[in-house]
Amino acid sequence: MLSLLQIELYKIYRRPRTYIAFAAITAIVLIFQFAFKSDGQSYMNLMLQNVQDNFELDKSKAINGYFMCYIILNTLLVQVPILVALIAGDAISGEANMGTLRLIVTKPFSRTQLIIVKFLASFIFTIILLVWMAILALFVSLLIFGSDDLLIFRVKGEESQILQITQDDILWRYFAAFGYATIALTVIASLGILLSVFAENSIGPIVATVCIVLFFTIVSNINVPIIDKNIKPWLFTSYLVGWKGFFYIGIDAEGQPIKGSVENWMAIRNSLYILIAHIGFFLGAAIYSFRNKDILS
Amino acid sequence: MKNKTIYILFFFILVQQITAGQNINVLVANAKSKIDQVKDYKASGKMKTNVSFLKLPIANVMLYFKNPNKFKLKSEKGVSFVPKGSLNINLNSIFTETDYTIIDAGTEKVDNIPVRVAKLLPNDDNNDLVLTTLYIDPIQLLILKSKTTTKENGTYELKMNYHKYSKYGLPDKILFSFNTKDYKLPKGITFDFDDRTSKSSIPKTEKNKKGELEILFSNYEINKGISDDMFK
Repeated sequence: MLSLLQIELYKIYRRPRTYIAFAAITAIVLIFQFAFKSDGQSYMNLMLQNVQDNFELDKSKAINGYFMCYIILNTLLVQVPILVALIAGDAISGEANMGTLRLIVTKPFSRTQLIIVKFLASFIFTIILLVWMAILALFVSLLIFGSDDLLIFRVKGEESQILQITQDDILWRYFAAFGYATIALTVIASLGILLSVFAENSIGPIVATVCIVLFFTIVSNINVPIIDKNIKPWLFTSYLVGWKGFFYIGIDAEGQPIKGSVENWMAIRNSLYILIAHIGFFLGAAIYSFRNKDILS
Repeated sequence: MKNKTIYILFFFILVQQITAGQNINVLVANAKSKIDQVKDYKASGKMKTNVSFLKLPIANVMLYFKNPNKFKLKSEKGVSFVPKGSLNINLNSIFTETDYTIIDAGTEKVDNIPVRVAKLLPNDDNNDLVLTTLYIDPIQLLILKSKTTTKENGTYELKMNYHKYSKYGLPDKILFSFNTKDYKLPKGITFDFDDRTSKSSIPKTEKNKKGELEILFSNYEINKGISDDMFK
């Protein structure tokens, strides 16, 4: 099975499509860094709004490497599912398209093993993509912008808040957030693999995965009470941004942030369970469908 | 026993006489001259910000003052939100304006200490300052509380506790209250994680527009000289 995994990883490595994801992430991160280096204060002005009428803030200190990484992740983690879909949606359908699927299933591996290997390869690709993103968005940003306290702008219920996390309390949150993002993106990978089982070419499952993610994301962000209450909890995309929970620092009775704490660990944990359940469901459905599939191509 | 009672009675009468009888102009001048002993200072302390929408950790701050009105408050490290009216934290700034009329507003108590209330009205109509009210302890010649009303930035209130540096008129603790505006980001702009339980922790009725800044001073370096560069 390990050799099969190595072959799958080699296929991903050789495929030019793989590098689209890395190139896209590199380009987006660099553009963000350039834009904020040139005129990050405009963004800060937008977020601070009338706070500036009452308070003085050294905005150049606020726009630091940690803040940049948060802003980049905020934007990119909505787009990265599309990049993961490029690889995962191709997993089975790509073989069918090239006519190699029949050949593969004649090898001494079960169909279940084949799906699991395809899933593991997509999972490893997701991890490498996130590590690349962490290097660029976090470590390169720290080199360019330096480090300082992190300001989080947030809307909680009807209330807007600015949370400040001291710089000695940030790094572990990023490791946790990237860990969470790995699970979140693995949901997309498993959905891509499931859809890939039903198709004879790669375009269909890739586009279908992207469309599902986009549709659910848009519905998740409509912010109308009826949708918030009845539909949002049932969409896995509502939980993709759960990584942010690690940056919602716990607050004590006097309104001071509690170092090393998160406001609602239970919500993060429950979101993780929901995402893992989705992975299990999509992967299980993919295995079931593939085992019962008539392979004609 | 009889003698002791007479002494205590005499003491209270004396205190009352000092409290009520002193000319308010003289009292303000005496309080000012106590503060004027300080030509410059550098102080370190811990600053706690209490504003409903700002969740900030307690910051280690440095405060610099140089006569007549140079003042700077800055955080030792990290990002800091400094209220724009923080110049009013410095008592010397109250007396920067020299052309004012003092009105005797009677006596009151601040933390159970009898004080004289003096209202300072600037004579210049174009001044941003509208009114300053000082609550002065007539015995120790210390300003325990001040209220400053401005045209542009509303009202600031300052409460002070004195201990180690009272002979210089410098407080060990200050509580600075100021007006804040409501902070509201449009929904959806921040793509927040909705944890389904994270509704507002502050009841709407308690969401006043007052902010508070508390500074606990740990150390002062007085009249040691400070470079002007510190205030740039």
